Amino acid sequence: MRSRAQVRVLPDGRRLHLEDGPIDIVLQAFGAEDQIRRAYRSAVDRFVAVLDELCRELPLLREQVCFGGREPSGIIARRMFAAVMPYAEENFITPMAAVAGAVAEEILAAMTSSAALSRAYVNDGGDIALDIGSGERFVIGMVGRPDRPPLAGTLFGTMILDSNQPVRGIATSGWRGRSFSLGIADAVTILAKTAAMADAAATIVANAVDLPGHPAISRIAARELSPDSDLGDRLVTTAVGELTSAEVSRALGRGSACAERLIASGLIDAAALNLQGTTRVMAPVESPEMALSPGGRSLVYA
Amino acid sequence: MPDHDAIRCDACPVLCYIKPGRTGACDRYGNQGGQLVRLDPHVVLDRAVSRGDSLVPFLERDRDWDGNIVSGPRTFVTAIGAGTTYPDYKPAPFIISSEVEGVDMVTVVTEGIFSYCGVKVKIDTDRHLGPERSLVRAKGEPVGHVTTSEYGSQMLSLGGVRHLTGGTRDEGNVTCETLLNLCNGKAAELTIDDGADVVVEAGKPPVVNGVVEERMRVGCGSATIGMFAKQWHGKIDDVVVVDDHITGVLSEHQAGKMLGIPETGIKMKGRRSTPGRYFRVAEPGTAWGGTNIREPLSILAPFNPKIAWAGLRLLMVSTTGEHYAYYELDDALRPMEKDLPDSLRLSVERIKENCEVALSTVIFMGGAGGSLRAGVTENPVKLTRSVRDSLTRVTCGGAPVYVWPGGGITLMVDVSRMPENAFGYVPTPALVAPIEFTLKLDDYSALGGYMDRVRPLSSLLNDEGRRHVSARAENPWPFEDNRRRSQS
Repeated sequence: MRSRAQVRVLPDGRRLHLEDGPIDIVLQAFGAEDQIRRAYRSAVDRFVAVLDELCRELPLLREQVCFGGREPSGIIARRMFAAVMPYAEENFITPMAAVAGAVAEEILAAMTSSAALSRAYVNDGGDIALDIGSGERFVIGMVGRPDRPPLAGTLFGTMILDSNQPVRGIATSGWRGRSFSLGIADAVTILAKTAAMADAAATIVANAVDLPGHPAISRIAARELSPDSDLGDRLVTTAVGELTSAEVSRALGRGSACAERLIASGLIDAAALNLQGTTRVMAPVESPEMALSPGGRSLVYA
Repeated sequence: MPDHDAIRCDACPVLCYIKPGRTGACDRYGNQGGQLVRLDPHVVLDRAVSRGDSLVPFLERDRDWDGNIVSGPRTFVTAIGAGTTYPDYKPAPFIISSEVEGVDMVTVVTEGIFSYCGVKVKIDTDRHLGPERSLVRAKGEPVGHVTTSEYGSQMLSLGGVRHLTGGTRDEGNVTCETLLNLCNGKAAELTIDDGADVVVEAGKPPVVNGVVEERMRVGCGSATIGMFAKQWHGKIDDVVVVDDHITGVLSEHQAGKMLGIPETGIKMKGRRSTPGRYFRVAEPGTAWGGTNIREPLSILAPFNPKIAWAGLRLLMVSTTGEHYAYYELDDALRPMEKDLPDSLRLSVERIKENCEVALSTVIFMGGAGGSLRAGVTENPVKLTRSVRDSLTRVTCGGAPVYVWPGGGITLMVDVSRMPENAFGYVPTPALVAPIEFTLKLDDYSALGGYMDRVRPLSSLLNDEGRRHVSARAENPWPFEDNRRRSQS
């Protein structure tokens, strides 16, 4: 029997690659061989149903959420809805802002509920759900330009996550990525308790990194590029010219202020903002250990 | 909302609207000048060496890798996304050399434009889909016809050059679209003149008039008696196999007589055809054996008291084994239901086990014309002969094909053994299918191949834009010789 989804083991023989429509996942489980096998089987079993499930409610998931509005019914869709709800009052946001993170969480849950693993990750196009067993840790690299292959030297920083920290989700957003952005950040990486929460927050913070009305920034109505985009007539960024360091600083300042509010309200744990080679990290002192590569020019602790 | 120049992509359920020059949410399908185009890069098959041939054996294999290293190249370049030889005199887009066990091999890779092509669809169902030769329509256009019935299945022949280019423009376009969908593993909705509406999709159960076919019965009620009579002999006095077509009775049936099973005095309602075989014991339905029977005793008249005896053991079972009941006659010769003895349980389960899942299956059939063959060699007939002589192996997207005997290279391939979305189309209309020819380098030279175009496998693998797909475990590896495989 043939399904639309494609599944393969990557050439390293360890990582699993899942692909269906726009969903593109690389995942890996660690632990005993038979448990890994069991986890991968569960991941595939769950994965093949995900796209159809989401598409059944797609029109609703592309609508602005509001309190008391119609709620979706699918388990992934409800997770998306819950992740964007905290932003609904002050921002335009649809559940689609958390789709990648919510899918990553669902696949991870299928793996961890069926197998005993020491740790695992599910990376859905840069939005990552993590499972970290006691005493285990992950080293995460952050890329400054999500649109380019992460070759040596292009990481703007690394961070180490261990089982004592609450972070189980990582997401990155920026105007160069596959999704549209209202802002000009090259990359905003968010650490949060879940991947869906991180995904929604990355969208919000990346939108906040902006210089409204600046002539070097080209924007176009999302509908012009993609007629069924959930962003409709909102202007999305298509090009950002060379900015002065003062302008970079101003744009990052707006983003940092936004990230700071989200950290204070407990929605996220840390954020790293990247714009034209300058990086700002917003992280409480007790939060994950972040190390910036020499390229990073500025470092701010919230 | 939709812009006039945006097109709707139906490759997945997201159904993106895509503007000209842009891609959908997946970045794999795009709108090029108003046409939906697959932007997938050229596909190569990878044969993983460390953990089995593909995901499936890796996941299902319970023992660890046994340490064998696969000999020969682990990558096979398919024609999917390779491009075509159009116009005709052009050599195939890729002519790849690789070494297999010390022998230099060459694989000629091209996407063929098939005007002469179609699909044969096998639909597992006992339902009447329509008279032989009736037209099969999609969106009202004739796209093929009903052909012969096979055992437990109905066959359709769809496409072919007369529908593709011999009729109206709409007929050609709808035919092309239907073939493309079926070949790429998508569903097609078909309507048969004076017959049924069917939804077929390769590898999925057919849907006939809105009803999903679940299982193929092992045979009619009479055939089931014949098949299992020996297993029942000595364990039971009589068996009734309930069927919509022919209901069978063990003690009266030829098979029972041969085994010396005595008469039981059983009396069936319905019309007797030959001994032990009854037509129309009930109306068609969704209960026992495709009938409307919910209470199996309703098809029995009282036992003949001159023959029957108290304690007589009777099994009633449907042709799929899904329904069954076991009775013993009381002193008044009335059947009383009892638990099925273990000695009979196995036979009921075996009936069930022999009912296979009903599927639609799709075989692509096309003929490689002179121009395609000219892309392989300057003297096309030599390629035909080389294929005939089994010197050249033909594959479609790495999947094995059957080449019809006789002239030309007319091949058949099970589309579900090919990589996803292996087929495309051109507006002619015609289907674009991948085709690869693998042969010894010496033989290639001898048949007038384009030797100056031969390039090593390694020259391709470093390029960007190639898509690596795991080889399917059920397919023979294209570089391996059939004879050697069957011996090992």
